[in-house]
Amino acid sequence: MASADPFVIAGRELNSRLILGTGGFTSHELLARACEESEAELCTVALRRLDPAARGSILDVLTTAGVEVLPNTAGCYTARDAVMTAHLARDAFETDWIKLEVIGDDRTLLPDAVELVTAAEELVDDGFTVLPYTTDDPVLARRLEDAGCAAVMPLGSPIGSGMGIRNPYNISIIIERAGVPVIVDAGVGTASDAALAMELGCDAVLCASAISRAHDPVAMARAIRLGVQAGRLALGAGRIARRHYAQASTPEQGMPDLEAQLGARPTSR
Amino acid sequence: MNVTVNGQPRELAAGATVASVVELLDVAPDARGVAVAVDGEVVARSRWAEAEVHDGALIEVVAAIGGG
Repeated sequence: MASADPFVIAGRELNSRLILGTGGFTSHELLARACEESEAELCTVALRRLDPAARGSILDVLTTAGVEVLPNTAGCYTARDAVMTAHLARDAFETDWIKLEVIGDDRTLLPDAVELVTAAEELVDDGFTVLPYTTDDPVLARRLEDAGCAAVMPLGSPIGSGMGIRNPYNISIIIERAGVPVIVDAGVGTASDAALAMELGCDAVLCASAISRAHDPVAMARAIRLGVQAGRLALGAGRIARRHYAQASTPEQGMPDLEAQLGARPTSR
Repeated sequence: MNVTVNGQPRELAAGATVASVVELLDVAPDARGVAVAVDGEVVARSRWAEAEVHDGALIEVVAAIGGG
């Protein structure tokens, strides 16, 4: 469903603020249905050694769904590896867009900041539109923007952890200072996490495992899509300030003096 | 000549090209979402038919899969 609230990455206008990661789906059929329900316009894909026994192409599924492909460099641990993977992706998918991931550790899958910036600089020089998966460090986000990245994609929490947004204050600082779109990538576990990201002011949310590994991925795709929309609406609506004490919503003036009446009444027992 | 394709040793006829390697893997030359690197360099699809591989070449043929 097209909204009247688009956002723009590198001159490209997107109406959906949910980007779907396609990893973890148990079948292409499920991916197709979740993709439709998500209303995403952009879906990530990865590159791996060609498997001659693989049946059907994920690209056919995504083409039928009418979505654009955003290749990633998932699994790369060095800038060299990521840059090479990006070039392979450019040839395979005929797009200059790359979701840049350079991982520093196989248990946390956290980004390697040093390799990430190196790879980003090189890929920007090579003419790529670089969307880097990064930590929630505002300084690193700025370095990536300075390197010429078209967006920054801070994690809410580690990939696939479903731990939501562990440091909303850092995400807020990144948003306040960024001149490029901010997309929360990784950590979303359910619809409320996506809503929170949008309430903080993120431009979009990238979500893979929360949908693909949900008990019902199609229903979760819808839930997270609605969460993104709800959070975006709430941001625009302007939430009330937090306060430590109550503030009555019912007016206090005009209360009848029932105490006086009750005191004047003869006791019934 | 002997090359390595996706980690597996393969024997190819002299003069074999990247296109013939791809064909070896049952991939149509116009298959979408496929890319090839030889010895650390991407060989653009437009060059598959002419790019000859040499003895000892390390060849990676990659394709699209689901990924976040």
